[in-house]
Amino acid sequence: MGFAFEEIEETIRMVQSEKLDIRTITMGISLRDCSGDNANKIAEKIYDKITKRAENLVKVAEELESEFGIPIVNKRISVTPIAIVADNVGKDDFIKIASSLDKAAKNVGVNFIGGYSALVHKGFTDGDLNLINSIPQVLSETERVCSSVNVATTKAGINMDAVALMGKIIKDTAYRTKENDGIGAAKLVVFCNAPEDNPFMAGAFHGVGEGECVINVGVSGPGVVLAALSKLPKEADFGQISETIKKTSFKITRAGELIGRLAAQRLGTSFGILDLSLAPTPEIGDSIANILESMGLSKCGSHGTTAALALLNDAVKKGGVMASSYVGGLSGAFIPVSEDAGMIEAVEAGALSLEKLEAMTCVCSVGLDMIAIPGDTPYETISAIIADEMAIGMINKKTTAVRIIPAPGKKEGDHVEFGGLLGHAPVMKVNSFSPKDFINRGGRIPAPLHSLNN
Amino acid sequence: MSEQKAIISVIGVDRVGIIYNVSKLLAESNINILDISQTILKDIFTMIMIVDIKNSKNDFTNLKENLKSLGEALGVKIDIQKEDIFRAMHRL
Repeated sequence: MGFAFEEIEETIRMVQSEKLDIRTITMGISLRDCSGDNANKIAEKIYDKITKRAENLVKVAEELESEFGIPIVNKRISVTPIAIVADNVGKDDFIKIASSLDKAAKNVGVNFIGGYSALVHKGFTDGDLNLINSIPQVLSETERVCSSVNVATTKAGINMDAVALMGKIIKDTAYRTKENDGIGAAKLVVFCNAPEDNPFMAGAFHGVGEGECVINVGVSGPGVVLAALSKLPKEADFGQISETIKKTSFKITRAGELIGRLAAQRLGTSFGILDLSLAPTPEIGDSIANILESMGLSKCGSHGTTAALALLNDAVKKGGVMASSYVGGLSGAFIPVSEDAGMIEAVEAGALSLEKLEAMTCVCSVGLDMIAIPGDTPYETISAIIADEMAIGMINKKTTAVRIIPAPGKKEGDHVEFGGLLGHAPVMKVNSFSPKDFINRGGRIPAPLHSLNN
Repeated sequence: MSEQKAIISVIGVDRVGIIYNVSKLLAESNINILDISQTILKDIFTMIMIVDIKNSKNDFTNLKENLKSLGEALGVKIDIQKEDIFRAMHRL
């Protein structure tokens, strides 16, 4: 069947002026066969396996970009949580393993490698603790390694010892990278209900339920959704808005699935999932905040923002689910502050606060993402921010995450600059009343009851 | 093997010889043109060609480069994309 001129024109326009792209192709590689009790050996095996498996990842992705004319912004790797692979080694040995990951990532040409991770929602093994304690050093001494720690699930509750510890780890990581506004903390995510097949950094890892090697794809396209919505008349109702987002999301998803399947085929691996997320970039016109505003909010963060985000998120999923049968990951809209031009503007205008962002995470895929806070924020406060976000995820049976940067030496109203896709952000106000005694209790918040829902 | 289709788009300010030069490059590469549609959208010349690259003497990357430089010479933007992307996005 031939194509109508309008159809061809639409695709070309989506790519050329509305910034449709494949946000990421992430190769998930299992490192379970690299475990052992000798750190040097583990590091060597890891390096060999990654460089062999991902040898052609960047080449194939670039071929696909050229053939289909759709940019693939990031080529990345996720691996089995390192705390599982190297449960047996000492704290000092973890840096060897991390540098081996870093070297392997450089060798194959990917910009990030995720999976320097531990899953401690119910408790720590000795290896987990060693890994977590090594995070500040690892993230300050390596360039491409990303780290995540799952501290809560709906089934296990919240490991409050881990929450308390992560507050310190985040602060220390930011401090050790103080020359770059604490960028180390931008490579560290704390999760509740972490998905095992998420292709997005910094939270990507290759879960233990996954196969040997898979290709996961994350699509993007806030610009395309915004362009479609801006063509609607002002009096269009919410049903029409939802319908428009669904149709657009369908098309974006189909493009992603095609690229993902071809990439898997050419790399001799299997296709994993498509993550149906709208992920913004700091570029103008590629913003989630602007989509929400296009629905009639004068600024993102005003009352009504949570409802608008809920509609957006749901419509994206409905359109995408029809387009692909293998949907997974986080799937929703990302609302990072530093990576979204509209969010940055909303914070600067005083419309968007940390509290509103927290409320928004109840209806959206991730959580408090890429938020800069004053460098002198006490660790207990950071831990308490994490605890709140984990509680939202735990109770609502969804993934939530915290990626927050206590920018060393910066105060509310200052500005931090991370560069590239990580963008820049105004330092946000944090509630100054102390949750110290709450955080220092430790132990575990029990898993919630789910038979009497509210 | 059946046809292997690709879609060429040419967008830019109208001038004499755009179609001639693009067609010439395609003929020299042994690429058959299956369909052409052309329109002037808001004063901008827009041409879309559906071509069969199965017997192309030029590999895809080269062809893309050649078209790009031809576009630069003509003051227009020329792109080529394999057809599958359009099929994926617009056909169930």
